[in-house]
Amino acid sequence: MDILNEMTIDFLSKSQNEAFARVVVAAFASQLNPTLDELADIKTAVSEAVTNCIIHGYENTVGIIRIKAILRENEIEIWVQDWGKGIEDIEKARQPLWTSKPELDRSGMGFTIMENFMDKLEVESTPGKGTIVKMYKTIKSKN
Amino acid sequence: MGVTFKAYNDILIVNLKGELDHHMARIVKEKLDEYLARQTFKKILFNFKYVNFMDSSGVGMLIGRYKHLQKIGGKMGAVNIGKQVKRIFEISGLFNIIPCYKDEIEASEKM
Ligand SMILES: Nc1ncnc2c1ncn2[C@@H]1O[C@H](COP(=O)(O)OP(=O)(O)O)[C@@H](O)[C@H]1O
Ligand SMILES: [Mg+2]
Repeated sequence: MDILNEMTIDFLSKSQNEAFARVVVAAFASQLNPTLDELADIKTAVSEAVTNCIIHGYENTVGIIRIKAILRENEIEIWVQDWGKGIEDIEKARQPLWTSKPELDRSGMGFTIMENFMDKLEVESTPGKGTIVKMYKTIKSKN
Repeated sequence: MGVTFKAYNDILIVNLKGELDHHMARIVKEKLDEYLARQTFKKILFNFKYVNFMDSSGVGMLIGRYKHLQKIGGKMGAVNIGKQVKRIFEISGLFNIIPCYKDEIEASEKM
């Protein structure tokens, strides 16, 4: 499928940027004319991925988070990347309720929510190097 | 964005305003724990009227407060839950520990 549009943004791993990232990606996705529910799904998934970079990837130190979004005719593809700690066991990390930081009031539901709110989720990670989460969602355009 | 408190009979109503993500969850946790350190409540009712977004960080914050409350035999509830927040409650099983009520009056009868 042809690429209609693409964008990339870099920002610091600060918790104030969680809301910023949601709004930016939702505004970009609006070009595909999604429903309000589809937009809410995208915002939720982006929020989860960005929060993970901040808490787990960089463990509350300052690093760069990169979001790339690609629009195709009826699909959005979103990459959320950090150059932080990385994930040792991706399969375990993706399980519902699993968290490596229970002392921080984590619920372990982030990946489960990303999987539920998007159509497909891919996680690539190298310990010590960083993590990329790739998410895909079909947009059933209102027109 | 913010959190305000109101005592209603023996219930502490926590009025949330904003998007309940990791950023806001941290602030709510701090303020609520601070409030509860000064005055004990066994029943806490979260008002979601001005919350149109929540993610798993909100879930973690609520479960954390619930665990505290459980130790003293307390209860939690929620009112005015919107569509997106409801989906998060459903997926994460929060309704099992935080029942949803029609309004403060129903909550004070049933909690
Ligand atoms: N970007 C990341 N960098 C390093 N570890 C991560 C990242 N994202 C997720 N993880 C790991 O996967 C686990 C599960 O993530 P998630 O489902 O979002 O739950 P939670 O954030 O509540 O711990 C995390 O506890 C962490 O160990
Ligand atoms: Mg998470």
